[in-house]
Amino acid sequence: MIGLGHYLVVSAILFTLGVFGIFINRKNIIVILMAIELILLSVNINLVAFSAYLGDLVGQVFAMFVLTVAAGEAAIGLAILVIFFRSRGTISVDDVNKMSG
Amino acid sequence: MIQAFAFYLFASILVAAATLTVFARNPVHSVLWLILSFFNAAGLFVILGAEFIAMLLVIVYVGAVAVLFLFVVMMLDVDFARMRAGFARYLPFGALLGVVLVAELVLAMGAWSAGAIALDARAAPTPAAVPNIQALGTVLYTRYLFIFEAAGFVLLVAMIGAIVLTNRQRRDLKKQDTARQIARRPEDAVRNVVNQPVGEGVTL
Repeated sequence: MIGLGHYLVVSAILFTLGVFGIFINRKNIIVILMAIELILLSVNINLVAFSAYLGDLVGQVFAMFVLTVAAGEAAIGLAILVIFFRSRGTISVDDVNKMSG
Repeated sequence: MIQAFAFYLFASILVAAATLTVFARNPVHSVLWLILSFFNAAGLFVILGAEFIAMLLVIVYVGAVAVLFLFVVMMLDVDFARMRAGFARYLPFGALLGVVLVAELVLAMGAWSAGAIALDARAAPTPAAVPNIQALGTVLYTRYLFIFEAAGFVLLVAMIGAIVLTNRQRRDLKKQDTARQIARRPEDAVRNVVNQPVGEGVTL
């Protein structure tokens, strides 16, 4: 039968894919943001799986808070991306050196 | 049996969709694969009995976040082909990092043993015979009320921040300024000219 370990394996694979995605799409900020969403999703799977198998609702409550922060992070990140594109005409990570002084 | 089948179906599609999100050439396709992976994660949550989180995932992630991503990807006129340039160069390093991470996770899971889980120490035991949403609401609006309101503030700050960041004053087009129009008084605009001789112009 499906146990806690199965969910942990899925979550670990998803987490690794997210980190991997950040590193191979180093130039494209949009895909990096999507990879961060994948990482947060894997954390949510972990929280909900533990919550279900321990019979403790707190895991689901905190999964909700992670969801909130992820939504806010996506909104702010994309807003910064839009204004950066407006002023520079590119979103390549290599060109982001305006704040280096 | 059906539960195991559903788990393997959702989990395999989830992993495949996440892989394609990372590897897709076109970011629009990436967003669409991301939506598919969110739907399958919601399916996993339904199997786990967390219906509320599953519905939240569909509504918040698919309905809001993924659509926001889609809008931004389609709005920005970016040369995505140039952005793929370093893909092959970063692949070995990324693969190495992924392998290291997987090895660490496998080692940690192999070395981990649950031990005696103190089930009495649970903060909010799942009540039997109560729907998931009702049980979650009972916990959320009593014990975690302040954190819940803090989450609302986080969303408010994110909303205001996004609006302030992307709002711009354009100087190249004229707009009606209602406040200035209302604040304008007759003495600012009208001058009474007395003893004006006929046939001469008025100095402005």
